[in-house]
Amino acid sequence: MENLEQLVQDGLAAVENADSLQALDQIRVEYLGKKGVITQQAKTLGKLSAEERPAAGQKINEAKGQVEQAINARRADLERVAIEQKLASESIDVTLPGRGQDLGGLHPVTRTLQRIEQFFARAGYTVEQGPEIEDDYHNFEALNIPGHHPARAMHDTFYFNPGTLLRTHTSPVQIRTMEAGKPPFRMICPGRVYRCDSDMTHTPMFHQVEGLLVEKNVSFADLKSTVEEFLRVFFERDLKVRFRPSYFPFTEPSAEVDIEWGREADGSIKWLEVMGCGMVHPKVFEYCGIDAEEYRGFAFGLGVERLAMLRYGVNDLRMFFENDLRFLRQFR
Amino acid sequence: MKFSEQWLREWVNPEIGTQELMDQVTMAGLEVDGFEPVAGDFSGVIVGEVLKVEPHPDADKLRVCQVTDGLQTIQVVCGAPNVRDGLKVPFAVVGAVLPGDFKIKKAKLRGQPSEGMLCAEAELGLSDASDGLMELPSDAPTGQDLREYLQLNDVTIDVDLTPNRSDCLSIKGIAREVGVLNSLVVEAPEFTAVEAQHSEVPDIRVEDPAGCPRYLGRVLRNVNLQAETPLWMREKLRRCGIRSIDPAVDVTNYVMLELGQPMHAFDREEIKGGIVVRMARADEKLVLLDGQEVQLTDQTLVIADHEKPVAIAGVMGGEHSGVSEKTRDLVLESAYFDPITLAGKARHYGLHTDASHRFERGVDFKLARDAMERATRLLMDIVGGEPGEIVEVLSSDCLPDDVVVDLRSDRLASVLGLEIDRTTVEEILTRLGLHIDKLLKNGWRVSVPSYRPDISIEEDLIEEVGRIFGYNNLPVTEPEGSLGLRPEEEAKRPVSLIRNFFVDQGYQEAITYSFVDPKVQELVDPKRDGIALANPISSDLSVMRTTLWSGLLKTVAYNQNRQQSRIRLFETGLRFEKDDQRIDQQPMLAGVVVGGQYPENWVNGRRAADFFDVKGELESLFRVLGIEVQFVSGSHPALHPGQTAELMRDGEHVGWLGTLHPQVQKKLELNGTVLMFELFLDSIATGYVPNFKEISKFPEVRRDLAIIIGSDVAFADVERVARKHAGECLTDLRAFDVYEGESIGEGNRSLALSLFWQHPKRTLNEDEVHSLFNGVIDALKQELGATLRS
Repeated sequence: MENLEQLVQDGLAAVENADSLQALDQIRVEYLGKKGVITQQAKTLGKLSAEERPAAGQKINEAKGQVEQAINARRADLERVAIEQKLASESIDVTLPGRGQDLGGLHPVTRTLQRIEQFFARAGYTVEQGPEIEDDYHNFEALNIPGHHPARAMHDTFYFNPGTLLRTHTSPVQIRTMEAGKPPFRMICPGRVYRCDSDMTHTPMFHQVEGLLVEKNVSFADLKSTVEEFLRVFFERDLKVRFRPSYFPFTEPSAEVDIEWGREADGSIKWLEVMGCGMVHPKVFEYCGIDAEEYRGFAFGLGVERLAMLRYGVNDLRMFFENDLRFLRQFR
Repeated sequence: MKFSEQWLREWVNPEIGTQELMDQVTMAGLEVDGFEPVAGDFSGVIVGEVLKVEPHPDADKLRVCQVTDGLQTIQVVCGAPNVRDGLKVPFAVVGAVLPGDFKIKKAKLRGQPSEGMLCAEAELGLSDASDGLMELPSDAPTGQDLREYLQLNDVTIDVDLTPNRSDCLSIKGIAREVGVLNSLVVEAPEFTAVEAQHSEVPDIRVEDPAGCPRYLGRVLRNVNLQAETPLWMREKLRRCGIRSIDPAVDVTNYVMLELGQPMHAFDREEIKGGIVVRMARADEKLVLLDGQEVQLTDQTLVIADHEKPVAIAGVMGGEHSGVSEKTRDLVLESAYFDPITLAGKARHYGLHTDASHRFERGVDFKLARDAMERATRLLMDIVGGEPGEIVEVLSSDCLPDDVVVDLRSDRLASVLGLEIDRTTVEEILTRLGLHIDKLLKNGWRVSVPSYRPDISIEEDLIEEVGRIFGYNNLPVTEPEGSLGLRPEEEAKRPVSLIRNFFVDQGYQEAITYSFVDPKVQELVDPKRDGIALANPISSDLSVMRTTLWSGLLKTVAYNQNRQQSRIRLFETGLRFEKDDQRIDQQPMLAGVVVGGQYPENWVNGRRAADFFDVKGELESLFRVLGIEVQFVSGSHPALHPGQTAELMRDGEHVGWLGTLHPQVQKKLELNGTVLMFELFLDSIATGYVPNFKEISKFPEVRRDLAIIIGSDVAFADVERVARKHAGECLTDLRAFDVYEGESIGEGNRSLALSLFWQHPKRTLNEDEVHSLFNGVIDALKQELGATLRS
């Protein structure tokens, strides 16, 4: 049995030296296979007495177990090394940029419009559209701006002929919506509007959102909450809002809305005008065939570029329509 | 309207500072646009008296002056041409600081000591005049601080009045508002009517009473127009933004600023026969006070004499009949002109005057006589003269009616959202000059004064009460909602989905002007005429776009000129077309692609985008929208004749995809191949709602074939024929290779197709598939002349 000890030692050394899975397998066959040198030792058991046999048999089994364990351990090692080598050969520079299509982006005006639309959609407003080439009636007359009205001069209208023009505001969509349906109404109209004016702070085309709510019982106080809530949601700030009396021919009472925008040099609040609003003028209801005694409404209008400029810090209105990619890409 | 704070405070003087005053009127609806001190920031300037002027021994243009500050005589070297003995001038003494932090020190000018400086108006920030020293009246107290003497601690406040508030185009009107806001009584300056001193009256005939319901005239004889307008009046005018001209003009302007009544003074000599207020005749011309000659129209109300027009009523006087230094007798005019008659008239002649601004918005129709008396009194104080009787031509029928409006307290409360107590309402109305005629069971009956033409209905009164009460003192409440939830059409895809699709495909959204350059549009859409604007802002923005390509291609050029080579843009918006006599305004979706299909990358290289890249993107879009669109070979004048697809949905034209025609591209100076598409948004926005079909449990069979076919045969035709003969169980057909080359002969191409069959209920057997496959091959051979590729 001293031989067995030696065989185990040889086997373990061979396993230790095996440098591949095939070599290892060969060693397994050589020592532990049917004709393996350790397996063969079992044949010697016959020569032993019945008393000696179990102890010798156990020794042989232990010897087999020892070598088998070494082989398994070595196999695991070799497999691990093989995988490591394969993985090493497959490694890439993960810091190289990924490939595929670049992402485009929405125009900042659209981005702003979408935020406005989302707010009002949640509040149950529909989104309406109207023509951009408008008639005088819907753009002016039905909004209580007759031909001689001084407010017309403030509009700098683009005309095609005396009765046809580019809408100067989105307010005509109020009229079209009321003409087409029955109250109550809750709608906004986002869209392009046009004024014949072009300088540092004016572009001949810009965007407005018009809003209209008509119910049996609605007040200026309700208008205030709608406008205040919108502005706070839009700017994501609890900013101060004030309502300043103003004049629009199609609303009465009318107000301009200022928001708190920093401080003046003397520490007082700096106010910035952002919207116009008011209660729907009875004349407008009359033009639309709605009984102003039964229904009341409020309307508001805001300049989209102005809000986009404030929100994103854009300092030149004209950039919105130059469509310089270096500008547009900043709003992705 | 610009006004002097000090002048306002002569009428009403609340105990609040300038800033608070401005905030107060702003919040009452008279928005303060800005304010400016009436003089520069200076100190140490006093009233000086020039005692003696002597030539400078060493300088032609300088004089050596002895000036007194009332206590001592000081030598000052001065270069002003108007310096003379006895003149009272602003005198900046040593130690004075002039605007711009300019310190006055002892100096020597060409060897002569000079202690101080005599000042021109410009040097004190009083005006732009720097052609000589400012001349002070001879009674100016020598030695008094100039700021104190001229009361220069005053600001000019500029209010941006809304067009309804014509009543605030005067000190009197603004004072009324300030009085209401501070619950103070407003003190008007007192004046009395002057007595006639002769019997000459102007002969006045009003031929257009509707345009001029009230006209007052008066002759003022023997005036001295060489007299100077007193400094206090010039200063008030200046602080309200009006330049001093001569005493007659200054007084009429003063009365206009003070009371709100524009007036005019004619030279009596130049009025031939008498005054006629009438419409102009189309052949008449008039040279106006500003020197320009205008051709009058028969829609223009004029003031004429018996020979010719002498003024455009309510706008501007004529040069010829204007007063001059030589004028001896004046005819003063104070009238009420109808706003509608005057509307737009000044603008028509390219004019905008203080008078037209007021008359168009509505002047107090009861003000003319007071203004006439006030002006006469002021004039006589300055230029002397003898007044005659006032002649008034009044057409009462044509004057605005006196307005009475009922205000219901419940309506007031429901519109404002707050019940305001009765006494507050009554106080507000009364202070605004609205007279409560009668207390009604449920409100008030209110008479509207003649200076508030903007008030005629109940809402006007509600606004007045709300405005004075303060919008910010009204509550904030949530509106009630009686509207239910609205249904939403699932098949209709929102435009936002389409926009986001293109953003994901690497497109940047553009927003271009709806009016475009007709030259560009002629190139990209020569068959249609854009609707032209009558008053475009410039020639390159003068016609409405018939296609969104006009603006997008210009945007490509703009960006290529700024080193951007990879450009992918899309836009949505209306395009405009004249359709018979109707204007058609269609929402469109358009895109342009130029440069690499992908951003330049370490593995992709920089392959330029081609037709099929963009087609593939559109196909994906149509899948997103749930619609089927066919691409049919077509022709469009702006597109490459061999690379143009007309897009059809259910046989209806829905748009174009193609490569920009190389000639057009060259003319537009664009680089690279430009791919572009344009679709009618309304035609693609509605897709389908998915409808479930059983999934087949049985295997799918695939067969591939390669054919050689004429290059002129469209793949769409191959697909059509193949599908026709492939039976109902065909589930898909794909092209997996297209090849053209010498080996298959000129004019041919090789197409490799895969066909897929699957039966919903059973396994297809080999024979069935084989026969369908052969049927397809035979049909392609017979109908399209294809041969099988070996």
